[in-house]
Amino acid sequence: METAEKPANAIRCDACPVLCYINPGRTGACDRYANDNGQLVRIDPHVVLHRAVSRGDSVVPFLDRDREWDGSIVTGPENFVTAIGAGTTYPDYKPAPFIISSSVQGVDMVTVVTEGIFSYCGVKVKIDTDRHLGPETHLVRAQGEPVGHVTTSEYGSQMLSLGGVRHLTGGSRKEGTVTCETLLNLCDRRPVELSIDDGATVIVQAGKPPVVGGVQEERMRVGCGSATIGMFAKQWFGKVDEVVVVDDHITGVLSEHQAGKLLGVPATGIKMKGHRSTPGRYFRVAEPGTEWGGTNIDDPLSILQSFNPKIAWPELRLLMVSTTGEHYAYYELDEALQPVEKELPAALCESVARIKENCEPALCTVLFMGGAGGSLRAGVTENPVRLTHSVRDALTRVTCGGAPVYVWPGGGITFMVDVSRMPEHAFGYVPTPALVAPIEFTLKLTDYATLGGYMDHVRTLDSMMDEKGRRRVAANPDNPWPMAPGKSSRSDPRSDQ
Amino acid sequence: MTARAQIRWLDDARRLHLNDGPIDLIVEAFGERDEVGAAYRAAATRFVRVLDELCTELVLLRQAKRINGPLPSGAIARRMVAAVSPYCEGTFITPMAAVAGAVAEEILLAMTAGARLSRAYVNNGGDIALHLAPGQHFVVGMVERLDRPSLFGTATLDSEQPARGVATSGWRGRSFSLGIADAVTVLADHAAMADAAATIIANAVDLPGHAGIVRLPAHSLAPDSDLGHRLVTQDVGKLSPAEIAAALEAGVAVAESLLASGLIRSAALHLSGDTRAVGVEKLSMSGRPDSLQMPMWNCIQL
Repeated sequence: METAEKPANAIRCDACPVLCYINPGRTGACDRYANDNGQLVRIDPHVVLHRAVSRGDSVVPFLDRDREWDGSIVTGPENFVTAIGAGTTYPDYKPAPFIISSSVQGVDMVTVVTEGIFSYCGVKVKIDTDRHLGPETHLVRAQGEPVGHVTTSEYGSQMLSLGGVRHLTGGSRKEGTVTCETLLNLCDRRPVELSIDDGATVIVQAGKPPVVGGVQEERMRVGCGSATIGMFAKQWFGKVDEVVVVDDHITGVLSEHQAGKLLGVPATGIKMKGHRSTPGRYFRVAEPGTEWGGTNIDDPLSILQSFNPKIAWPELRLLMVSTTGEHYAYYELDEALQPVEKELPAALCESVARIKENCEPALCTVLFMGGAGGSLRAGVTENPVRLTHSVRDALTRVTCGGAPVYVWPGGGITFMVDVSRMPEHAFGYVPTPALVAPIEFTLKLTDYATLGGYMDHVRTLDSMMDEKGRRRVAANPDNPWPMAPGKSSRSDPRSDQ
Repeated sequence: MTARAQIRWLDDARRLHLNDGPIDLIVEAFGERDEVGAAYRAAATRFVRVLDELCTELVLLRQAKRINGPLPSGAIARRMVAAVSPYCEGTFITPMAAVAGAVAEEILLAMTAGARLSRAYVNNGGDIALHLAPGQHFVVGMVERLDRPSLFGTATLDSEQPARGVATSGWRGRSFSLGIADAVTVLADHAAMADAAATIIANAVDLPGHAGIVRLPAHSLAPDSDLGHRLVTQDVGKLSPAEIAAALEAGVAVAESLLASGLIRSAALHLSGDTRAVGVEKLSMSGRPDSLQMPMWNCIQL
């Protein structure tokens, strides 16, 4: 199809084949997608999750267009009112802004919707990188102000703990303001530059690869070269005589490696450059770089010396592969025991593909963590502790902008939510400084009455939908539908995908 | 293929909502249970191909229709072209003026071809294709302003009358209008015909050169609008009773000529609280709508 020239400032929506050009501040032909300062967004101030595009049980997506709609009849509300933009109760100790009833498979449900002001809150940031970001417990700074610290690292990832009441309100005014701004930006999935005392500078953005010291991480290695030998030795055994996994850190050699020895892989007479650490493991075969396995080499043979003629044999089969599987080459030795590159045999393709498959994209992930304080809970029920009990007893489901949360065991309602599962612009702030985050409690109407709910403030979902000023957004199809029937659980297992 | 098209029941588990990109249909069929089920399956099966079909010919469909101009190949696209052809000699019109009605018609045809129904409708954002078996009727509700749907009247359509299409056009609606009508609702023999005619009549309700009317080039609002540089109405200031009457009369004149040539069966024109009706003698304009309100703006958006 012909494509028109792109008009200035317009963005092209690719949500459907109409491919509308959308000017800033306007919507496309569907009235569902808009250009918000150059960003394609689902529209409009109070967010109502729209289930029509969710994967919920009242939707029958045509995954396969040849498959006919089965005609099954399901019922249930397809809208869920989130707390985003709902306003707060603080400090008036009044009922939550919206208490909404709806019917789910014949059961009257109520969703109490409020925005919480969280001065006790923070984010946990997981940064997928093997690079050293900074020593544990060292300060993490934004704009020079301390906003958090480096905490214990996890496998393949470095962890930061940012925010918290001490940075938000316990330090200087500037520290609090910068901390609040940093948290808000991270929660709204905007990029933030953080520097670590005695460590690196890293640009963090939820759902995007980290940029460490100006270098963007691409993929997480499945392991170092030696570990890769260990993982794939069995898959190579019998199909190839020698494998070298090239790695900036530890390069592995199958025939010398413990994993090869256990399988009975015979010695090949291979001789590596670099420093041998333990059998089959070599440090510094080359300098760091952006070529093979994070080294500076583009010809893998450059890290080999001549094969030992007393051990090697003509037609010896050699595979060289990087730790990410992005680079590989296959050789056979000629009569003079020189490697000659050949096409990768089909039998080896799968193992190379599998290395690549196991190197996941490196990402930053941001979990917002906050606790529902007494005044927030008092907006839900006249007796706040009963709400805590109801959540603990799994009678009440907690969501954050419609996204599933993990509720910590123990007292209070302290929860964590993956910000990337929430609608855009879900967070705000107050000058306290503190973050404003949405929180919704969904429970049976009868349970709500029992725990001392504000029954005279309950209104119907339909009455909400008739009002102006509601922003409808598509439900994230990866999230469980907040109103889905079934037992609410303290930490919804579906949230741990 | 992406899982783009969405097909689901509305809350009443009676009406079906079909969505794909900018297309939102509300569908309801009446008849024997098995027949209704078959009709819904036929609607869903046909629906999932509609947007892709239209988009393959979108460039052509956005161009002004000319006499003996190129014809598209798709069934819906051809129906669009046929619906706007009567107007292309004297005025600017693109086949897109009839897209909503043409899609509604196509889905209704798929339903009635695959099942025996007493009644059915396909409502495409207020442009509606109807099926009436002998002796059946629909009561259609009419709204004055598309952005503030409240019924100002109803019309009863029975099987004895030829109209099987209803459409509404106006500057407050989802599509751009060259005129200032709040809403023009048209009944015609087919939905695509009604859609094109409503566009033409709504464009004619106008006060050219009036200082209180804000108009902007269509492409400055939507870069790929089929209306290009043409000025589309964005706001209408306060109008005197005489101005309202003059604008409505201009629209009525066009509506009457379309009525005389059989392109429409009746029309209701609304501007700033005033209404003119054309060809409504045979319509009963009272009573509560039983099953069909128009346009179903809020229903669709929810």
